[in-house]
Amino acid sequence: MIAVWLKEVRDNLRDRRVILSTLVFGPLFGPVFLVVMLGFAERQTAERLESALELPVVGAQNAPNLMAYLERQGVIIKAAPEDPEASIKSEAEEVVLRIPDSFEEAWQAGKPAPVEVLADQSRRYSGTTISRVRGYLNGYSQTISQLRLQMRGIDPGLTRPIDIQTVDLSTPEARGGMVLSFLPYFILIMVFVGSMHMATDTTAGERERKSLEPLLINPLPRWQIMAGKLAATTTFGLLTLILGLIAFVIAMDFLPLDNMNMTLNLDFQVAAWAFLMTAPAALLAAALLTILASFAKSYREAQSYMGMVVLVPMLPSLYILINPTKAEQWMTLVPLLSQNVLILELVRGEPINAMWVALCVGSTTLAALALATIAGTLYSRPKLIFTSD
Amino acid sequence: MIDVQGLRKTFNKGKVVAVDGVSFRAEDGKITGLLGPNGAGKTTTLRMLYTLLPPDEGRMTIDGIDPAKDSLAVKRAIGVVPDSRGLYDRLTARENIAYYGQLQGLSKGEIHARIDRFVDVLDMGEFIDRKTNGFSQGQRVKVAIARALIHDPKTILLDEPTNGLDVMTTRALRHFLMDLKKQGRCVVLSTHIMQEVAALCDHIVIIAKGQVAAEGSADQLLRRSGASTLEDAFVRLIGSDEGLLS
Repeated sequence: MIAVWLKEVRDNLRDRRVILSTLVFGPLFGPVFLVVMLGFAERQTAERLESALELPVVGAQNAPNLMAYLERQGVIIKAAPEDPEASIKSEAEEVVLRIPDSFEEAWQAGKPAPVEVLADQSRRYSGTTISRVRGYLNGYSQTISQLRLQMRGIDPGLTRPIDIQTVDLSTPEARGGMVLSFLPYFILIMVFVGSMHMATDTTAGERERKSLEPLLINPLPRWQIMAGKLAATTTFGLLTLILGLIAFVIAMDFLPLDNMNMTLNLDFQVAAWAFLMTAPAALLAAALLTILASFAKSYREAQSYMGMVVLVPMLPSLYILINPTKAEQWMTLVPLLSQNVLILELVRGEPINAMWVALCVGSTTLAALALATIAGTLYSRPKLIFTSD
Repeated sequence: MIDVQGLRKTFNKGKVVAVDGVSFRAEDGKITGLLGPNGAGKTTTLRMLYTLLPPDEGRMTIDGIDPAKDSLAVKRAIGVVPDSRGLYDRLTARENIAYYGQLQGLSKGEIHARIDRFVDVLDMGEFIDRKTNGFSQGQRVKVAIARALIHDPKTILLDEPTNGLDVMTTRALRHFLMDLKKQGRCVVLSTHIMQEVAALCDHIVIIAKGQVAAEGSADQLLRRSGASTLEDAFVRLIGSDEGLLS
């Protein structure tokens, strides 16, 4: 069995594709993706918040005081396009402010003066701009109403029976965890990516190069041959996991977390916990992929199955995304889901629940062993040995 | 010594009868040839002997061990060069052979010494430390033979050993098999090539449609069929010339 393990590891270490997918691409994909995406998101938000707001206004002459107020706030008033509606539809402008001719009249009469904000709210990027325009308009509205009340000798506070104050109790760690809810998926996917090539090569590949039949004539129980192969596949999965976690920890330094006002709790200690919980999933992935690849007649067929299996670890992540409930004990009993939930807790900086970690590791190990047992019996079927005939 | 009695094997739930009551004996110190057209059941018979297929009916023993009952003991006792001779492309010839030595449970020293001997006997010095990717058929067969015999088995099964080999390699292989025979081993090979059995085999078992059509030495078969050449004898004994025109 050790001989099989040694041989498979050595054999595959010489395969450039394996090295590339397992030891380079696998671990780096998650962290690089994270840094790039977060960096991009941060830049976008910052740009929209900080850049001066250019606001096309229709009928600016109807409200000169409002225009003066806006300009004092740093808004650049532009002449409106000919057809404001069309310009919004064609995305030439994000927001257009229209001041109808009735504004002046209503204003003088002390009635609510109409102002229209034209925008396409189905476009997500316009959200920031709309709320900025609204913010300026509300500010003006409040200033004026307070002035009017004061002129009549009334305390402006009367108009505010309720003073709403939102106190944000989320810790910076928790905010980071929200953004990074897909981090567990990136970690889990690593054990799958890491095992993928190896699982195919040791089974479907072995059959394709017609070395399976001679291999099985050696005086070794078949389950031992399979165990050696599984061990080798798991080794690569774990290697990918270790490298990937290290890459994540290093990548943390490059994340614009401070600018986004959040901290993310992913140091080497957290990575070690994540490794402990995900390690059994490596065996699970190895066994699952090996079983699938064993049924494939060729390397190519096996690879097309692999593509689908990569979706498996995505299911729990999607579940959490769609149904973001808090962690509960039953979740720790479901392999893959448990890693998702607990890694999330970890990066949110929550205290570690040793019992849950134990349940997570235990249930995943159990499932992995069950799958490994199935894999171990596969080569007892003549059909699986001779399908290349 | 191999003793096979009434071996039967069917596939597809009995619809395809591959081997139908095959019996023969292969003595130590002799080369026994299973001769027959393609699809006659030679490979299936060998696969039952080297334990990868369980027989439906019949008994067989190799040196008194039943492959169906104690497959591990049989696997230690035999050396097999099966039809598929896949090597690991990314390993050198030496590593390929050593891997099988380890699987046979040999020590490092034994493996090393035996590989050295094979390099000598099979003339592999030129390519023993090269990766097998890009090897010629002849080189591949040599590696496949060396790895199959690394544990020095007393019984040797070869499935179509000269398939795809050039004349010189075939000659070298024949000499090698003769040496094995002289060492007192039991050698069984399957082939559909007439000259091969004529040149090599002491005992010929003609298999056609899953059954033994005739067996004996080349002379015995000639006499029994009344033909002048082995080829004619073969055609008469199996009742057709299918599969011989290769």
